[in-house]
Amino acid sequence: MDFFAAHDLDEALAAKADHPDAQILAGGTDLMVEINLAHHRPSRVLSLRRVGEIQELSDRRIGAGVTWARLERDGHRGLAQAARTVGSPQIRAAGTIGGNVATASPAGDGLPWIIAAEASIEVQSKERGTRTIPWNEFFVGVKRTSLAVDEVVTAVVVPEDVPPAQEFAKVGTRNAMVISTVSCVVIRGDDGFRVALGSVATTPMRATQAEEMINAESTISDSVLDEFARIVSAEVRPITDHRSTESYRRHASGVLARRLVERSLR
Amino acid sequence: MNVAITINGDERSLDVRGHESLLNVLRNDLDLPGTKDACEQGECGSCTVIFDGESVCSCLVMAADADGSSVTTVEGLSSDGELHPVQEAMLAEGAVQCGFCTPGFVVAGSHLLETNPHPTEPEIREALSGNICRCTGYGSILRAFETVTGEES
Repeated sequence: MDFFAAHDLDEALAAKADHPDAQILAGGTDLMVEINLAHHRPSRVLSLRRVGEIQELSDRRIGAGVTWARLERDGHRGLAQAARTVGSPQIRAAGTIGGNVATASPAGDGLPWIIAAEASIEVQSKERGTRTIPWNEFFVGVKRTSLAVDEVVTAVVVPEDVPPAQEFAKVGTRNAMVISTVSCVVIRGDDGFRVALGSVATTPMRATQAEEMINAESTISDSVLDEFARIVSAEVRPITDHRSTESYRRHASGVLARRLVERSLR
Repeated sequence: MNVAITINGDERSLDVRGHESLLNVLRNDLDLPGTKDACEQGECGSCTVIFDGESVCSCLVMAADADGSSVTTVEGLSSDGELHPVQEAMLAEGAVQCGFCTPGFVVAGSHLLETNPHPTEPEIREALSGNICRCTGYGSILRAFETVTGEES
């Protein structure tokens, strides 16, 4: 195996341009599992752990190398809540938001917040410089993104006006160390509710029909919430797999979305 | 490839193999078997070490990527034959059954006390949530941490 540790972003982009097949290593919490269990043996690895430019965290820009531990303390409310449910303290000290984004698992805990916040993914390459890809164009399938082979995810770019009323929840088989069965983010702003879900489709998804329905209502009554939950359950597109069933995921999606709408109103 | 890692205060120069984890290097090349090898997927916490000041699973650190880092294992926590206060407390509370998970709990717990000397009971539980004890001796482990932090249950 050929290993290269970049010390700054220029080095990382040059290495990725020279070797587009290089597998990026960030916190190692996904890649090392695959390597240890021999699912995947990359012939070339490019480590970004020492790249300072991707470690910066502000309200508007979350560097790809920012760990869950930092987001748990200093991230936007909904993302901090999500960060706190990632793995264990050991995993949160190592795993990064950039790894979550680039791996693009349907169960990625940070992804529903990104699409509810309508954030963009900033990627860079030596050849074409910086591209800022809107949330709805980045995630294209199960562990598939619109990242080009010579590009590196460098940041999550957050819009200026993301409302502070944000709630995250996920369902899993236990409290600690769990990959989500369903996860959900609700953000409430002046323009209404935004509802995003994870683990219920090939990519994290917005429940746009449920959003339209609830945002047309002037009062959020119990019957409105019942109908809202029903629409969320109907519009998600989950599968049955080793973690759960389609029907449970539909049920849990409606329950979580409804609960988070109520929580965001408190 | 060659890496230099400071292990329990000593700088070591090592030739590591591609794909190999820091855990492997500790156990097989450095003769430090206190760090345990169990799940190899970051689920169990038995391989917890302090890596550049953070408590992490050494099975998820690529050894090649550890070049220039500083690592503390359970072997590095005692000094001059004196056990770490967490080890003393676990002995006193009988918080060890089969012992396999113990080094991971000791390292994760010592890191907690380093960063937060007087944690609350929920903070102790949170800090140890990445460590699994399959003998389910959690009650005595939590009691040990409560005595060492002065937190009474």
